[in-house]
Amino acid sequence: MIWLSWRQFRTQAIVAAAGLAVFAVLLAITGVNLAHLYNTSGLPGCHVHGDCAVQASNFHNQIQSEKIYNLVFFGGIALLFAVPALTGVFWGAPLITREIESGTFRLAWNQSATRTRWLAVKLAVIGLTAMAIAGLLSLMEGWWATPIDRAMALGTDTGEPVANLRIDPVVFGARGIAPIGYAALAFVLGVTAGVLLRRTMPAMATMLASFAFIQFASPTWVRPHLITPARSITALTASNVQGVVTGPNGSMTAFAGINNAGAWWILSNQIIDKAGHVFTGPAPQVCLSQTAPFQACQNALGRLHLRTLTTYQPISRFWTLQWYETGIFLALAAALAGFCFWWINRRRLA
Amino acid sequence: MTAVLASRGLGKRYRQRWALTDCTLSIPAGHVVGLVGPNGAGKTTLLNLTTGLLAPTTGTISVLGGMPAASPAQLAKVGFVAQDTPTYAGLSVADHLRLGAHMNPSWDADLARDRIDRLALDPAQRAGKLSGGQRAQLALTLAIAKRPELLILDEPIASLDPLARREFLRGLMEFTAECEVSVIMSSHLIADLERVCDYLIVLIASRVRIAGEVEDLLATHHLLTGPRRDPGAWPSGWQVISASHTDRQTTMLVRTGSPIDDPAWAVEQVGLEDLVLAYMSHATNSAPVLEVQR
Repeated sequence: MIWLSWRQFRTQAIVAAAGLAVFAVLLAITGVNLAHLYNTSGLPGCHVHGDCAVQASNFHNQIQSEKIYNLVFFGGIALLFAVPALTGVFWGAPLITREIESGTFRLAWNQSATRTRWLAVKLAVIGLTAMAIAGLLSLMEGWWATPIDRAMALGTDTGEPVANLRIDPVVFGARGIAPIGYAALAFVLGVTAGVLLRRTMPAMATMLASFAFIQFASPTWVRPHLITPARSITALTASNVQGVVTGPNGSMTAFAGINNAGAWWILSNQIIDKAGHVFTGPAPQVCLSQTAPFQACQNALGRLHLRTLTTYQPISRFWTLQWYETGIFLALAAALAGFCFWWINRRRLA
Repeated sequence: MTAVLASRGLGKRYRQRWALTDCTLSIPAGHVVGLVGPNGAGKTTLLNLTTGLLAPTTGTISVLGGMPAASPAQLAKVGFVAQDTPTYAGLSVADHLRLGAHMNPSWDADLARDRIDRLALDPAQRAGKLSGGQRAQLALTLAIAKRPELLILDEPIASLDPLARREFLRGLMEFTAECEVSVIMSSHLIADLERVCDYLIVLIASRVRIAGEVEDLLATHHLLTGPRRDPGAWPSGWQVISASHTDRQTTMLVRTGSPIDDPAWAVEQVGLEDLVLAYMSHATNSAPVLEVQR
């Protein structure tokens, strides 16, 4: 059975390995240059000079100005999101549908191996390959981006606004061990769609749509709550008021800027009053005026003793969140795999 | 001895439609069983139930004393050549033999290689490039090289030209002669089965109409011609399978265990093909399903 799985999967595995090798070479070449750039920047000794924020900003600008680094950084992220989806579409979905469409399941399932074993070996050989590829990609991309991550962390420690922290939702899914979980779930999702729909094209489309939904739902609704978010409350100063929206009867909503110290993933940022309720007015008269300058409104709000409530996940929780998320995806994949075993044994596919 | 196939009240429903109803069979070992019936009669359904590719809706089925496809040992005992003889188009002939060797502990590599040599199949050829006849032979090779106790073939020769058909049947007969193996083979062409089968099951409109050894079937069915008689005016114990009347004459196919001693009837032996056709043409007539009494 292992032989048959490998024989049927051989070509695809070789193509995947070749793609992986090409990407590795690209990362190796640009990664060495990027590391050199970091080492020759002022960042390694910035603590001594106390200019980490400035150096981080400089380093950031330098990378921004060179297209290749942007391309590899964001291209790598895109690839790490695409690879699990692609393995689900091209390895997962056709796993059973191809056998059904060509009738060969009647050949395969009448050899002296139960179809439970057939599916187990198939899932293991192809699924573990998909997970290994995602894991290797993440490892390589993580190594490549180490200078950037380090620079961003040094920058944020001193309160400098930066972008592309690895806990940011977009970057998070392309780092650490999460891609392994994504690859496992995407692959089994494809297999499950194939088992249920029995035809390749609908199974591929269904797999893609449901996996895209999961990849959207996870950072939006699940990941923020895996650990109770940290809260910080700071006094609202006039200069921190960034905008206001006034409504009828003197109601208003005000927006505050974000103080970035501590390197976090911001979940919410609200202005609250003394009692801890979200501030909705009454608006100071000057804010309702059409002619008064915005600064006058800012100053008026600054005198109201309002506070800013920020909920966030600090970057120190990166690995905890990674383990939680990977665990959830692997558990979902295992549950779906269990369903597939039950289905092919109970609902005979002839 | 355990029956190769024993079923009781076996039925299979696809959504609203019953593909097989109330199928009760007990086929002894050592036969080449022909399963005949028109297209859509439920032949493939019965064979898929036998291989365990389908699970029954009602009733029970046991194959060589075990539940179909329940264990590796059970799977090893049954060889199956499915309808349209599926093979992996991208794998070569040699790959298929390797597949068989890896997936069947009882694999007879010499038998497989000999057959491929004798058929002059190129081991490097991809199965997708083989002709229909060659593909059927490859599928048969896979099924018999695992040395099954029961070989099941679902319309294996339906799509083959007459020459390939004869070659295929010859290969099959050689194998059954050499090894002690029971065969169940379906076809909608009686002529194909007549040459090779010694046991017959006629399946019409999802029901088994008749099942028994060919010899017994032929001995108990008689084609009678005589003066016109009204329906019902014949001895009890006669089962009239088909009857046609002219003004003066009545022609009937009668099934009975006792000899025909009424001299008014001219008795003729019936051929297997005519026998089956008589059952088929009276498919709407819901005569009780009986097995041949022995």
